[in-house]
Amino acid sequence: MDLKDLYRDVIVDHNRNPRNFRPMPDADRQAEGFNPLCGDRLTLFVRLDGDRIADVSFQGSGCAISVASASLLTESIKGRSIEEADRLFGTMHELLTSDEAGVDTAGLGKLAALSGVREFPARVKCASLCWHTLEAALHRQDAAVSTE
Amino acid sequence: MNAARPALRTPAAAAHEPLDVAALRTDFPVLSREVNGRPLCYLDNAASSQRPQAVIDSVSRYYETCHANVHRGVHRLSQEATELFEGARDTVQRFLNARSRREVIFLRGTTEAVNLVAQSYARPRLGPGDEILISWLEHHANIVPWQMVCEQTGATLKVIPITRSGEVDFEAFLGLLSPRTRLLALAHVSNALGTVVPVERFIAEARSRGIPVLLDGAQATPHMPVDVQALDCDFYCFSGHKMCGPTGIGVLYGRESLLSEMAPWQGGGDMILAVSFERTIYNELPYKFEAGTPHIAGAIGLAEAIRYLETLGLERIAAAEHELLRHATARLNEIPGLRIIGTAPDKAAVVSFVVDGIHPHDIGTILDHEGVAIRTGHHCAMPVMEFFGVPATARASFAFYNTTAEIDRLLEALQLAREVLG
Repeated sequence: MDLKDLYRDVIVDHNRNPRNFRPMPDADRQAEGFNPLCGDRLTLFVRLDGDRIADVSFQGSGCAISVASASLLTESIKGRSIEEADRLFGTMHELLTSDEAGVDTAGLGKLAALSGVREFPARVKCASLCWHTLEAALHRQDAAVSTE
Repeated sequence: MNAARPALRTPAAAAHEPLDVAALRTDFPVLSREVNGRPLCYLDNAASSQRPQAVIDSVSRYYETCHANVHRGVHRLSQEATELFEGARDTVQRFLNARSRREVIFLRGTTEAVNLVAQSYARPRLGPGDEILISWLEHHANIVPWQMVCEQTGATLKVIPITRSGEVDFEAFLGLLSPRTRLLALAHVSNALGTVVPVERFIAEARSRGIPVLLDGAQATPHMPVDVQALDCDFYCFSGHKMCGPTGIGVLYGRESLLSEMAPWQGGGDMILAVSFERTIYNELPYKFEAGTPHIAGAIGLAEAIRYLETLGLERIAAAEHELLRHATARLNEIPGLRIIGTAPDKAAVVSFVVDGIHPHDIGTILDHEGVAIRTGHHCAMPVMEFFGVPATARASFAFYNTTAEIDRLLEALQLAREVLG
């Protein structure tokens, strides 16, 4: 278990310079995510064009894993359909929690950098918080998400 | 007992001699284990301390030789178990300098003790307009039970502010006292910041107005001698597991005149003298508040932990921990971008801190990778975090078995965190 498996360059970069880190006054959907264990707190904004995610952004504060994960999420789902985002949620859930390294990361792009989180069970919730928040934003409007 | 286990090494040194830390570390089996290939460096003592072999043995010995239910049987084992359990109560009475063993109630821990007082003392006595006074420093266990009782009775919770150094503001406290103040509930030592609250001043002021005082002593009993008569408090709560004792055992000390007037909190076996469907006669103190089979092994282990700490000497323990605090504070202040939260002049061996650009949770993971265990998060004191404008802190908390070399390892690991994430 190496620290660099967790804090890969992509993650360190997205923590230092989170992408799409801004409020969205014209958002169609928004949801709050909160991890009471460590105080991670984020708000996810989504603007839809039909069933397509036209824009997505986030704000909040959290550890490097939660910030980088949210930043990578925004990059990876912008322009995708809600159905595609749901499928990605399922794949990420498997990537973060599966006991085996058998998850197909081919279509994940930079998101694959989060595969090392699996080796650090205490940090899985940090990486998955934004994904649960996205699900809430897309399917349960104005819902607050807690990892507890 | 297993002869291969290390013996308790507590040389009968004079009170002014420093502790022989290298020797007493061998009393703690867990301190010899490794984490991630490094010797364990356990700096999370404010969350829970480790156990010396003597405590582990006392619990095993009880289960191996004389376990039975207490207060019930005429047979030999029940008598022996009762003797050990009630002997533990005597040990706690002496440890706290309580007037009577009737004032010592065994419970699950500090949290249960506060809840008992909230429900059994406060709830029947409070109504709309009455006030309970706590401070901004409190652990959630000394906030939420009072919020619950306020909801139940219509009473109001008032909060004494703290200063930027993390001290309870005495002048503000005086301003908040009112003819409707019915109870003052204060931390003796802050778990999040380490502040030692000068409770004597607060107690004197409250008691002179006839206001009873509860102290949350969870963080105090591991670090300093506590004398409830000298403090003149009405209730004192603490937990075994923060002072080298078992988990699941704690104590409520209550002034006998108050406990006598209070109705039982939970009903069941052991808390009764006679039961019929028409009427139940409650048992006398302290059993009135100990419904059901108690944590017998826990009480026995707690008494052994008290003996262990007293053999080392509480004053010597305090001196050793003060030196660790001094060393840690000086070394941590060397790190650029590190800010210590909680800078009261009188502190227990707790250092809460934040580092610019690195979230405490990441610090915790990187330190753990190096075998260094600290706590990160809000420390069950979210109002304290809010006051200082931080979502969380990293907290290193020391016990007498820690060494300055371990603090140096904390520093090395923090440098690594800065390299990985800086």
